[in-house]
Amino acid sequence: MILRIDPSSPEPLFQQLVNCVKSAVATGRMRPGDKLPSVRELARELVVNPNTVARAFQVLDAEGVTYSRRGSGTFVAEPRPTLRKDEGLRRYRAALDALLADALHMGLDAHDMWGGFEESLAELHFPPRGEEEREDDDE
Amino acid sequence: MTMSDAVVRFDRLTRWFGERAALSDFTLDVPRGSVYALLGRNGAGKTTALRCLLGLMRPTRGRAEVLGMDAATLPPAARARIGFVAEGQTLVPWMKVRMLGEFQGATMPGFDAAVFSAHLDRLGIDASQRVKNLSRGQRAQVALALALAPSPELVILDDPAMGLDPVVRREFLEVMIDLVHAEGRTVLFTSHVLADVERVADHVAILHQGVLRVSGAVDDVKSRIVRVHAHFDGDAPAAPELAGVLKSSARGRALSLTVCDGPEAVSEWARTHGAVKLDVERLTLEDLFIDYTTSPVTGGGAAA
Repeated sequence: MILRIDPSSPEPLFQQLVNCVKSAVATGRMRPGDKLPSVRELARELVVNPNTVARAFQVLDAEGVTYSRRGSGTFVAEPRPTLRKDEGLRRYRAALDALLADALHMGLDAHDMWGGFEESLAELHFPPRGEEEREDDDE
Repeated sequence: MTMSDAVVRFDRLTRWFGERAALSDFTLDVPRGSVYALLGRNGAGKTTALRCLLGLMRPTRGRAEVLGMDAATLPPAARARIGFVAEGQTLVPWMKVRMLGEFQGATMPGFDAAVFSAHLDRLGIDASQRVKNLSRGQRAQVALALALAPSPELVILDDPAMGLDPVVRREFLEVMIDLVHAEGRTVLFTSHVLADVERVADHVAILHQGVLRVSGAVDDVKSRIVRVHAHFDGDAPAAPELAGVLKSSARGRALSLTVCDGPEAVSEWARTHGAVKLDVERLTLEDLFIDYTTSPVTGGGAAA
């Protein structure tokens, strides 16, 4: 697994680690069930404060990207999109609202905004998701 | 934070040298288990603060507390619970590393020779070597191993990476993370290498001209401060006298403002003054260090 951090970036180190793992999972470089290094191993390997690694793992666990078992470590979780859809939608809307408010202040009209949105959306690559319509939450 | 959580507490610590205040009303709590970086340019008051903390210097006013005791009257038994590596610490050059340990062990209560030699093994340092034959990085590591031998609760390092090349510095950082932090100790250190600070520290305080400008968890400090770039149709107006504006610079149609505690007020000001475009940029630790330590102390952004 390749996890990299850049200490001279404005982005907090724990967030960089979270993004690294998310991107590794999203691109299939890490798969459900794969074990992450321990906090101590990763802190040593990346030369960062172990609290930083521990915080990243907490965030990943909380967001359902990984799960931790006491004594055995942290593992990549099975993707559970339906579990997180409400929360994802809420955050997406919050970010969108802020973006649109900013666009309005920059003097864009609804037509400009909509056009830009469509163009950006067309550039996204959506992975096939057979279970996307699943409604039953087993947790 | 309750009293017992702070391993080190500076309480309005003030120290004058003749006509100059090296440190003014410096107040800071260092929580137990934290790795706290004390930053500032040369002459900012860092070493003065550490010296007062170790009882090596008397404050003019205020006090420094360490392990719940007044630092000025610290008994030797308490002193043994603190490991200290001074800036550019010199080790007796003709001594063998083992002799350094024996020497220190004879004078320092709580010094554990077995712990010292375990640290040396881990660092790959041969105890039969003479100090003068060690590399600069190895000497720094030996100084750290000596400081850690009594298994201190608190480790104070004054610019431990000074003068080390990047490879040795990295090794030293690994040792810091491995030996110092993994055992749950509190570490207070000074450094000028901000990328290192970012890696190992979880808390940071910035001193400038003897005054604390900002302190807190690294991520909080970083998220509190942003730079707003406002672009105007014509020449940029003069920077506003708003609370929280740390620094400003105008270049033609653009005005850049470093602000703490949220960009809202400044953004609002810029819009009402005809800004056509606003960008909000997050800062690196290095950027914000520079903005704090090159802006006048009387300006916005009082110490938290």
